[in-house]
Amino acid sequence: MAKTISKKKSNTIKLNFDTSWSYAPAPESKSAATINKQYDLFINGEWVKPSGGKPARLNDDSRSGGYFDTINPANEEKLSEVAEANVADVDKAVKAARTAYEKVWKKMPAKERAKYVFRISRMIQEKARELAIIESLDGGKPIRESRDFDVPTAANHFFYYAGWADKLEYAFPNRKTESLGVAGQIIPWNFPLLMAAWKIAPAIATGNTVVLKPAETTPLTALKLAEIIQESDLPPGVVNIVTGAGATGAAIVNHPDINKIAFTGSTDVGKIIQRAIAGTNKKATLELGGKAANIIFEDAPIDQAVEGVINGIYFNQGHVCCAGSRLYVQESIAKQVIKKLRDRIESLIVGDPLDKNTDIGAINSRQQLETIHKYLDIGKKEGAEMYQSSCSLPGRGFWCRPTLFTNVAQSNRIAQEEIFGPVLAILTFRTDDEVIEKANNSPYGLSAGVWTDKGSKIFNMTRRMRAGVVWANTFNKFDPSSPFGGYKESGFGREGGLHGLLPYLNLVN
Amino acid sequence: MEKTIKKSSLTISENGLEKKTSSKRLEVLKTYKIYIGGQFPRTESGRYYQPTNASGKKLANVCLSSRKDFRDAVVAARGAASGWSGRAAFNRGQILYRMAEMLEGRKAQFIEELIQQDSTKAKAEKEVNLAIDRLIYYAGWCDKYQQIYSAVNPVATSHFNFSVPEPTGVVSIIAPQADSLLGLVSVIAPVIAGGNTCIVLASETKPLCSVTFAEVLNSSDLPGGVVNILTGKPSELTSWFVDHMDVNATIYCESNSDVQKMMREKSALNLKRIFFYDKVKWNTDEGQSPYFIMDTQEIKTTWHPIENIAGSGAGY
Amino acid sequence: MKRSKSLFAIPDFSLSPRIDQVGAEERASRFTKRSIKKESKLNGLKLVLNMIDLTTLEGKDTDGKVKQLCYKAIHPHDAVPDIPTVAAVCVYPSMVKVAKKALGNSGIKVASVATAFPSGQAPRDVKIRDTKYAVNEGADEVDMVISRGKFHAGEYNFVFDEIAAIKEACSDARLKVILETGELGTMDKVRRASDIAMHAGADFIKTSTGKIQPAATMPVTLVMLEAIRDYYYKTGRMVGMKPAGGISKSKLALHYLVMVKEVLGEDWLTNEWFRFGASSLANDVLMQIVKEKTGVYQAANYFSVD
Repeated sequence: MAKTISKKKSNTIKLNFDTSWSYAPAPESKSAATINKQYDLFINGEWVKPSGGKPARLNDDSRSGGYFDTINPANEEKLSEVAEANVADVDKAVKAARTAYEKVWKKMPAKERAKYVFRISRMIQEKARELAIIESLDGGKPIRESRDFDVPTAANHFFYYAGWADKLEYAFPNRKTESLGVAGQIIPWNFPLLMAAWKIAPAIATGNTVVLKPAETTPLTALKLAEIIQESDLPPGVVNIVTGAGATGAAIVNHPDINKIAFTGSTDVGKIIQRAIAGTNKKATLELGGKAANIIFEDAPIDQAVEGVINGIYFNQGHVCCAGSRLYVQESIAKQVIKKLRDRIESLIVGDPLDKNTDIGAINSRQQLETIHKYLDIGKKEGAEMYQSSCSLPGRGFWCRPTLFTNVAQSNRIAQEEIFGPVLAILTFRTDDEVIEKANNSPYGLSAGVWTDKGSKIFNMTRRMRAGVVWANTFNKFDPSSPFGGYKESGFGREGGLHGLLPYLNLVN
Repeated sequence: MEKTIKKSSLTISENGLEKKTSSKRLEVLKTYKIYIGGQFPRTESGRYYQPTNASGKKLANVCLSSRKDFRDAVVAARGAASGWSGRAAFNRGQILYRMAEMLEGRKAQFIEELIQQDSTKAKAEKEVNLAIDRLIYYAGWCDKYQQIYSAVNPVATSHFNFSVPEPTGVVSIIAPQADSLLGLVSVIAPVIAGGNTCIVLASETKPLCSVTFAEVLNSSDLPGGVVNILTGKPSELTSWFVDHMDVNATIYCESNSDVQKMMREKSALNLKRIFFYDKVKWNTDEGQSPYFIMDTQEIKTTWHPIENIAGSGAGY
Repeated sequence: MKRSKSLFAIPDFSLSPRIDQVGAEERASRFTKRSIKKESKLNGLKLVLNMIDLTTLEGKDTDGKVKQLCYKAIHPHDAVPDIPTVAAVCVYPSMVKVAKKALGNSGIKVASVATAFPSGQAPRDVKIRDTKYAVNEGADEVDMVISRGKFHAGEYNFVFDEIAAIKEACSDARLKVILETGELGTMDKVRRASDIAMHAGADFIKTSTGKIQPAATMPVTLVMLEAIRDYYYKTGRMVGMKPAGGISKSKLALHYLVMVKEVLGEDWLTNEWFRFGASSLANDVLMQIVKEKTGVYQAANYFSVD
């Protein structure tokens, strides 16, 4: 039993994670969730067949008939098929939203509006388990995250904004507020339900009506939300959910009767939208990409910092716009931190998203996996040293081992471009000024992290970092009451908190 | 004042040996230069234009700024950004107040320039007074808007979380054409009160006050580069103002919808924040509010854990 | 003292890494999210049982009580075959001889608290004699307490030297150093005390005496496990961990196992390097083992209390 203790040189000492005591599979039961074979469009409180004919995206045979498949990225099996809204369908949805706005929602007393939003929050809580399962099936994220983060945070977001509906006069000193009208909202595939909540809750609480398009690869929880909305007796047309790909989104952006575009997604598409709405009176909120710097000083609480780095880049397979994808470690502790990171990623469990013990699930789509692989190749070619955990990957589906690159240079593409995967670029620095300069040396400015035990340094760093959210001695924290959004090319407008109201209101004297 | 100087005749010593000169002294004309980085250069392009008043009188030879002048101004503005935003808000307030003092002291000159540019005396006086008051108004906001528009957010986890406005950075501004002094002051003041630096293109048709205002700025403790003022043609410069990658926000004050469309398209290049102040009546109270400051602010939210030794039984 | 025995330069303990409590708690709560089912649960439960230091540390302890405890240690639940024994029986020095005799050649270790347990408020020579007495009586392991007062006063050298002296007095017995984390106040101090104990020669570091609340918690244990990891990285010497007090349910014990496995790895998953200091945990583990084997939820009356 006693082990001979070898007095090895410290750099060869390694923890052993090949363990005889492993966790048996603990899959969440799929039977707790109902997924229809086919989903139509949710327009004016009803399920409406797509007008069909030509799919919105031309020259794509798999899309004829007005429906497209949504698959489970963990095994590539079809989960359901979903209607593809074309220009006419989007027009129908916008008309429904306009009518609901003018005839019902705008006129409704704010406190009544609030109660509908509260009700939706409660119903999400009631169906939390089902929503979590579907979220993990459709998007590939670990059930632990969809269960403990996505779904409860989505419910809380509705609850938070519900309470604002009849208190807007307190939010903006010396101004009255007016709702905008119809909001067109386009959301990404990384937090499908949560992003729907971030968009819909403030919009309808402030008195607007909504046409929302979920991402092409992850439409199911938004459609489940449509069912909840139907069940909640929200007046028809206040929330309309239309599924489809980029062309459907374009139809929303270009629709002349939309007053507001709220978009979360890539910076490239955000720029396209900004150009597309030029010359119109549409307001816009853009929540776009990021390449967050996460900075560890030598006096940091190292083990918590390491955990923060892990959470910062491997949360949701790294499909997070505010992911801490650039790690700056002070040189004096770089070796130690890298060693700890390498040991830590060995204990991350990669696999079945529905298994309660899974830390890292499936990459959301084949296309995204290819993007990630492209960057792994680029990183190696650029001369950075790649290290991946030794875990085995399932045979089918889209998977990527947690990866870190050391010896990364500021000029490397893996240190500059958003990869949107479980890939960490590690750089070193010596002084405060140097790291501030490097951290801000990016077109993005969504989030940043700093780890140090010294209070005055924290305030210096958090003040000087050009980013909308700064996490000090923590990372990737979200709350409905906390505004989120970027500087620079990470977009504009805020979501969450008091500051998340303004994007859906006009201020009048 | 200049007028008295102009009209005064030069009488020479009484020894009678010298001939009496002409009673009319030659007027010293003012050279209207642009204002970049706290200096008054001529446009590097060497070009000029001659704005005229309603009766066709040429007002001056005014610099026709080029895109290179704009580029230099952006460099100056960027260079001044961290120093200006890093100043104590109280200090920024004092400097804005000082600007008002300086403007007050040169009131007559501004009134005269406004009259030259077709204003009546009464209107001109009113405009200058409003411009002074506007600076005072924003001087007072410098250390207050943060308190109104910040928030401590009650997050559910054991974290302290607060959101504060921060300047967005470098702002390019196409100033209003009509209210050539009041409009200029009204767009500059909220931008710099909020800690931004800016490059302003003055009214093309009525540029005189802008250059004189630059002299006010230069004598009022405002660090060089915080406000840079160019004269010239919006038709030449607007697109440069909105597509420079080192500019964070652009303000446009005219209602030309083609220009607005072009600007919003170009703003997508680096996702500039873009604002059209084309409906604002600058000569009313509507022309001033902390919401103008907030337009060129970013909201930054900071999180930090709160240690809570639960086992000690501490708490209320 | 015997500092020259230390293989590595003694660090300045005031520079021990700082701990962010909220982060440590978050990390610790992550381990509780692991779902341990079926075979892994059964194996885990057996491992837990095999890691228990079955403890009685009462003023009213008698020979009879200790003998009963030792019997329970050897025969936790004979109704079910294939049940491992506990790791050790933990008693006061005066009971060591009784325990040693009762345990015979079962392989179960006798652990004795010493050094004026639980307060440690005695002169060093008394503590050394206390320790030597326990070892002479046959203790395989000594659980000492650190001088928390001196530690709080910043007299780290005193604490260090005392541990080193007790280590020497232990001879071949393994030394567990109790930090009494409930009296240390912050995680920073838990970490610092862990570093002092390991550098001074501790074979194990242990959270608590069981006499002070709070006793062992997962975040505190996590901080100590991470200190062990850092010490191992630096020196290559393994140090054991013993959370004690407050762990009475199998589910919680399994969370601790998960934590050990994911922080330190496989090598620490034996009773050579990890122990639970507990008295009531054993029966809960037995109930769970029987439940796993039979599929029927169990009642306390079917399991002997001693």
